[in-house]
Amino acid sequence: MLELAAPGDSSSVTIEIGGIATRVAAADPTFVQMLENRYAGFVSSRADADFHFHVDLGEPGVADPDAEVSVTQDSGCWSVQRGDFRAEWEPASRRGRIRQSPNHYSIDAVLRILHSLLLARQGGFLLHAASAIRNGKAFLFAGVSGAGKTTIAGLAPADASLLTDEISYVRKQAYGYSACGTPFTGELEKPGENISAPIAALYLLAKGPANRIEPVPAAEAARALLSNILFFAKDKEMVGALLHSACEFVSRVPVSRLTFVLDFSVWGLIG
Amino acid sequence: MGVDRMSGKLYVARSSQIAARKLDGEMMIMSAVDSTLFTLNETATVVWEAADGSTSLDEIVASRICGQFDVAHGEALQDAGELVRQLAAHGILLVSEEPIPAQGLAKKAGA
Repeated sequence: MLELAAPGDSSSVTIEIGGIATRVAAADPTFVQMLENRYAGFVSSRADADFHFHVDLGEPGVADPDAEVSVTQDSGCWSVQRGDFRAEWEPASRRGRIRQSPNHYSIDAVLRILHSLLLARQGGFLLHAASAIRNGKAFLFAGVSGAGKTTIAGLAPADASLLTDEISYVRKQAYGYSACGTPFTGELEKPGENISAPIAALYLLAKGPANRIEPVPAAEAARALLSNILFFAKDKEMVGALLHSACEFVSRVPVSRLTFVLDFSVWGLIG
Repeated sequence: MGVDRMSGKLYVARSSQIAARKLDGEMMIMSAVDSTLFTLNETATVVWEAADGSTSLDEIVASRICGQFDVAHGEALQDAGELVRQLAAHGILLVSEEPIPAQGLAKKAGA
């Protein structure tokens, strides 16, 4: 059982993303203030947070500071390590600890991984995609780095609300899927709006000489989707859930290839 | 490993460390070890679905490949041997010269 080190915590902030509230507590109020600034727009006043983390500020003490992220599960406890942090939490008690230096990049990574694992169990996922709401509907624009996520987000017209230019938050709902705003930013360095809407379409981005939308067959869409989903766990149950979620998503949400030129005209096709 | 030995019988079975799903007739397989995604063509899917650990590759080729596709047995067996070697190298298929017990094997994926 993990200890929740409440004693010594002088300050805390609750960060709510996609309807899931995570309370982060630390002894250093300056660090917590930094988090409040970083996650402004996603700071919640909810008293009943879904997860509670205590942050120990200091060197994480990992063996290899250049190591890639490692996510493992043992006896029901998740352990996450990267060169700059170590974290562990118990899904059953919804409590955990993070050991990191005072920066927001480390806790950003922990939150992404936490949410990706939570969403995987609910049929949702985090996706390398920009997303925006227009006319009450959410549109996702997926692609690897350089595909145009930040570009198309930057070209969004005034009547579109940006949810993210980097990591889209997809939740399964009774009616289909919804996209929620996230504080996870890409090159735009602008947090998304903390709102959500039903997903109307997923576009796979490609830059080209003319704006064009072409439907993508289901199997190809699922492959493209899977290649853009943030997924960290080497766990059979989670892999099965991920594959199932991707196939479900492409069977319920239209997936198209959006080839676009680098000007505002592409948004004439969206919404 | 006798994967390249086509003279003796080989038995193939789906690994338990995978997740598989058939979509639009295309088999998608994800490794639970490293999350690598594999997609199989029509013939490879036939071999995959028949890989129950108790039917030899030779029998699978004779009854499922040659019966369904216009291909000579020797050529089909050679191609199937190469396929199972590749899938075994990625850990998503088990290959043995003896029947493979069903315990711990993956179930056949549904559509």
